[in-house]
Amino acid sequence: MLCEKCNKNNATIHFTKIINGQVEERHLCETCAKENNELEFNFEVPFSFEKLFTGLIDSIQEDPGKRKDITCPKCGLTYKKFQEVGKFGCAKCYEVFRKDISSLVKGIHGHNTHQGKVPIKTKDKVIQKKAIESLKMELEKSIEKEDFERAAYLRDEINRLREKLGEI
Amino acid sequence: MVKWLEGIGNDEDVVVSTRLRLARNMANYRFPYFMTKDESEALTEEILNGMKDNVYDIPYKFYRIRDLSDIEKNVFVEKHLISPNLAKKADSGSFLIRNDERATIMINEEDHIRIQVLLPGLDFEEGWKISSKIDDFLEGKVEYAYHEQFGYLTSCPTNVGTGLRASVMVHLPCLSMTGHINTIIEGITKIGLTVRGIYGEGTKASGYLFQISNQTTIGESEKEIIKKLNRVVLQIISRERSTRAYMLDKRNHQIEDMIFRSLGILKYGRIISSQEAMNHLSNVKLGCDLGMIDNIDSKDIVNLMIKIQPASLQKTLNKELTYEERDVYRAKLIRENIRSLEG
Ligand SMILES: [Zn+2]
Ligand SMILES: [Zn+2]
Repeated sequence: MLCEKCNKNNATIHFTKIINGQVEERHLCETCAKENNELEFNFEVPFSFEKLFTGLIDSIQEDPGKRKDITCPKCGLTYKKFQEVGKFGCAKCYEVFRKDISSLVKGIHGHNTHQGKVPIKTKDKVIQKKAIESLKMELEKSIEKEDFERAAYLRDEINRLREKLGEI
Repeated sequence: MVKWLEGIGNDEDVVVSTRLRLARNMANYRFPYFMTKDESEALTEEILNGMKDNVYDIPYKFYRIRDLSDIEKNVFVEKHLISPNLAKKADSGSFLIRNDERATIMINEEDHIRIQVLLPGLDFEEGWKISSKIDDFLEGKVEYAYHEQFGYLTSCPTNVGTGLRASVMVHLPCLSMTGHINTIIEGITKIGLTVRGIYGEGTKASGYLFQISNQTTIGESEKEIIKKLNRVVLQIISRERSTRAYMLDKRNHQIEDMIFRSLGILKYGRIISSQEAMNHLSNVKLGCDLGMIDNIDSKDIVNLMIKIQPASLQKTLNKELTYEERDVYRAKLIRENIRSLEG
């Protein structure tokens, strides 16, 4: 059987993952399993969530040599320190440790991408970003058509929106 | 009566309350665990300033943990208005309580902001409406920590995403007495929900009261989380009801005896611990909900369950009591209350 991740090496590591009662069988080669920290999440969801979480951190700590410690520039938290206390230091941490957090959150919740509510401000931002993109396309077209009056107007409009978003 | 209990809720023969809690943080401050005192003061000021413009909602009252006595803050905990964790934050914790006590905004708990909405009976829809509205308002006033992938950012990765912990407090005497509760707990935990006892240690329930909540907070929308939980709760309600009917049918005398013995102890006892009181109050509540006791409102029994907790008890008497004194005074308070409820 080939590794389901890379489809190259022989799958030597087989395990079942149970998250929220859903059983998933995984077949990976050693390299991929290590790379994805998959082995660390091979557990059943026990009754106590707190316990589960502590266990999760412990299992990551077993492998300290492999990870070089990153520090959040905003709050000074290192990933090692996070593993000790189980709490992040600031919003920036989520960006700095994004890769580790992605697999950690997946291990805890079975998912790692938010599906719910979006703050109104963020929603507005997304709409504005999309508007800028379509204006840019229109700008390119008007330059092609040598409609420079229209192009100048579009350029100003794009700059105005970007300024509003704080991009300039 | 505890204010948030007032009014009529859905399925109150089984569901005591519905609670929704949203965890939110601000983008420009370190999270509470790592904050300095100055930072936490500045953050509190910023939230309070923002709340000043909140003229469309019912007014709120502000409290700092450090200004409250041990008894006072624990009364808020026993009434389920603030979390035990917030009560411990003597240096930085504070909270705003809406005058109808149905909404609390906790500041500097594990997260900068925790919005809690508490309603009598089963009502996730209303709970979500109220909490989301408060959330929208605050979002317009302060800069939230939000991430395109992870959603609302929290101190602890167990809350990230929606930041939503939705729960119900349910009274399940018959499922507990028959032992069916264990199968249900097993089933519930398998689908990503959590069950724990209320007031009791760990999962051991006191007064057959349980709290059921969602365990995961990311990957599903708030509406999906609530829908799933609501579906499970409705099933539990119908199983508790059918078990009650079955027991009434097969064990009528035994059930009746159990309920009225409990009522007797509450009416005439002279020393009672909170654990013993909870168990008898639970039986009497069942008697009210089954219509065996028709001169007491079941909700007044729930209210009494809160009044007999240690801090609330001492608050009523306005002094600290030893354990022995508490049990004597508790028995007295219960006797007087039951008598006045019976009219
Ligand atoms: Zn591979
Ligand atoms: Zn940080």
